[in-house]
Amino acid sequence: MSNKLPPIEVHDLTVAYRKKPVLWDIDFDVPEGKLIAVIGPNGAGKSTLIKTIMGLIEPVSGKILVYGKPVDRERPRIAYVPQRESVDWDFPISVYELVLMGRYSHLKLFRRPGSNDRRIATEALEKVGMSDYAGRQISQLSGGQQQRVFLARALAQQADIYLMDEPLAGVDAATETTIFELLSVLRDEGKTVLVVHHDLQSVSGNFDWVMLLNLRLVAFGPREEVFTTENLQKAYGGRLNILTQVVELAKEKSFVREPGHE
Amino acid sequence: MSELLNILQYLDDPNARYVLAGTFLLGISAGVLGCFAILRRRALVGDAVAHAVLPGVCLAFIIVGDKDPFALLIGSMIFGWISMIVMDAIVRNTKLSTDASIGMVLSVFFGLGVVLLTYIQSTGNVNQSGLDAFLFGNAASLLPGDVMVFGTLSVIILIVIAVSYKEMKMVSFDPGFAKSIGYPVKRIEFLIATLMVMTITVGLQAVGVVLMASMLIIPAAAGRYWTESLGIMIVIAGAVGAISGVGGTVISGLAPAMPTGPWIVVTALFLFLISFMFAPKRGEVIRKLKNMRNRVRVQDENVLKTIYLLEEQDGLAGKVRSMRDILKRRRMNIRKTRSSLARLHSDGLIQLIPGKPAGYLLTDEGRARAMRLVRVHRLWELYLTSHVQIAGDHVHDDAESMEHLITPEIEEQLTSLLGRPATDPHLRKIPYGETTTGGGLLS
Repeated sequence: MSNKLPPIEVHDLTVAYRKKPVLWDIDFDVPEGKLIAVIGPNGAGKSTLIKTIMGLIEPVSGKILVYGKPVDRERPRIAYVPQRESVDWDFPISVYELVLMGRYSHLKLFRRPGSNDRRIATEALEKVGMSDYAGRQISQLSGGQQQRVFLARALAQQADIYLMDEPLAGVDAATETTIFELLSVLRDEGKTVLVVHHDLQSVSGNFDWVMLLNLRLVAFGPREEVFTTENLQKAYGGRLNILTQVVELAKEKSFVREPGHE
Repeated sequence: MSELLNILQYLDDPNARYVLAGTFLLGISAGVLGCFAILRRRALVGDAVAHAVLPGVCLAFIIVGDKDPFALLIGSMIFGWISMIVMDAIVRNTKLSTDASIGMVLSVFFGLGVVLLTYIQSTGNVNQSGLDAFLFGNAASLLPGDVMVFGTLSVIILIVIAVSYKEMKMVSFDPGFAKSIGYPVKRIEFLIATLMVMTITVGLQAVGVVLMASMLIIPAAAGRYWTESLGIMIVIAGAVGAISGVGGTVISGLAPAMPTGPWIVVTALFLFLISFMFAPKRGEVIRKLKNMRNRVRVQDENVLKTIYLLEEQDGLAGKVRSMRDILKRRRMNIRKTRSSLARLHSDGLIQLIPGKPAGYLLTDEGRARAMRLVRVHRLWELYLTSHVQIAGDHVHDDAESMEHLITPEIEEQLTSLLGRPATDPHLRKIPYGETTTGGGLLS
């Protein structure tokens, strides 16, 4: 990894949904090779942040760079794990087919996956401990198994950056352990991993860096420095109520900051 | 016999064969495309678009002056797209929900179409004959030229789907992920929408705008019953579509006054019902049979277990039990108990000792099975009280049903999790086989 450019740079990012700001003036650089937890209360804009980085949501203003380039030019290097609820699990495909979709990021349109892609997909399934389920229909999976399969699809992408939206939501204890192990393996391989996370209990011991988010970027840095009671209070309550009130007011008055105004 | 003769006569007509080839191809392409429509939950959008193309067709007729297939095609494509854009715009820019916008577009565009259709009829244009077929379809009104155009279109639709299958599958299943890996999701969705408008146009004259959506929805819904694989579902939906298209055309062709659309729908519905009833795994009949078999198994296991509990109670493993003893221990339906005993006997799980009254004795295999049921029951009760914090007097009923369900793997997990406990929450012994009640049970 000779690249000196940070995996992700976010500059002055503001995102609004139906004129209601959900992210306000976010600015940060993600360091390489760290396992990062993105935490914050419900509606803090955690999912929105990674969806915006992936280009799924158009920001009102701001700039996002992946290894110094617009995300569209670095897509094969960045893998995204959507929330489990975002798809119809009754869709008629098998576990293996789903994981193979991870390889589509390296395939040209209208090209079929080859034997190398199949091998990588099989290995990804092995890594999450789901090899026995390859032929199963995805509707037969439990919540934890669904998360593992989603993770396997991302592994099959063989990316350098992983953005994961609540990969630990609704999983059993065994799956949680498996997933945390996988995440640290990725980090040890030098990958950059950003995980939207909801469980404050399991942040210590599992993550290197922490990003606290609540409409604004409350704090971002090494876990020991950032994951403090004071910061948590800032993110989850107290003074931020004023910001929430202002946001509500802005929504009422249909006020959105125009791009380009500083 | 005369019916068959009629069909043969009908097939003898070269024009009819043309028409059949047309509805055959239409059926396949509508069935295949319908799979994507229903999996993306766009079935109703298909219905709205089918209704909305009517004004386009009528306008094309007014402008060109006859039923030129290309003109009709262009008219209906334009209105199909307009209707989709309007539906999308309504949802995005107003507070109306998707269903309201679909309903609005469907009725307004269709109303406009009927107005234009009525206007054309009032002009007395000689070419208008058969234009009312657009409402309910009349395959017989298709001319060889129409069939050539629409048949070619069907083939093009199928080729496009075959080429872009991987992309359409990806976008239908997980559009967010597809976008994240750089797929042109908007363009692929537009492609699917265009194919839908094309299919609807192809089917207009044969099926009619009112019922066209059923050609998209019913074959795909039938296909879903048979398989868990999108590829196979598409093949089955295409076949169902083809059979319905051909079947409906033949039936309506035998009685020329009949519109084709309704007969195609009836045929498709018939095939759907067969799928709904008899498809393996998902079919209703199969499910009912499975349920019935399960109920019988539970009943048999309960009888077996009751004999074991009698042995446990008095510690006499060699004692013959009458049906009265069994029913005294556990209240059960007499007739069902009798048939359970007969089944258990023929399965070699109990011995029948003739006499008055006849008695029953567990065989070694039967005792092992019964013991396992009791063991699982008590393990489960213990698990519920110790790990799920449910009060001891509330766990029996749950265990009563779980004992028939728990697999050997789960049993193993329970045993190791609980550390192979000796007793259940009611302090009854949990039987493991080698330490038995009364002694010598397995000898």
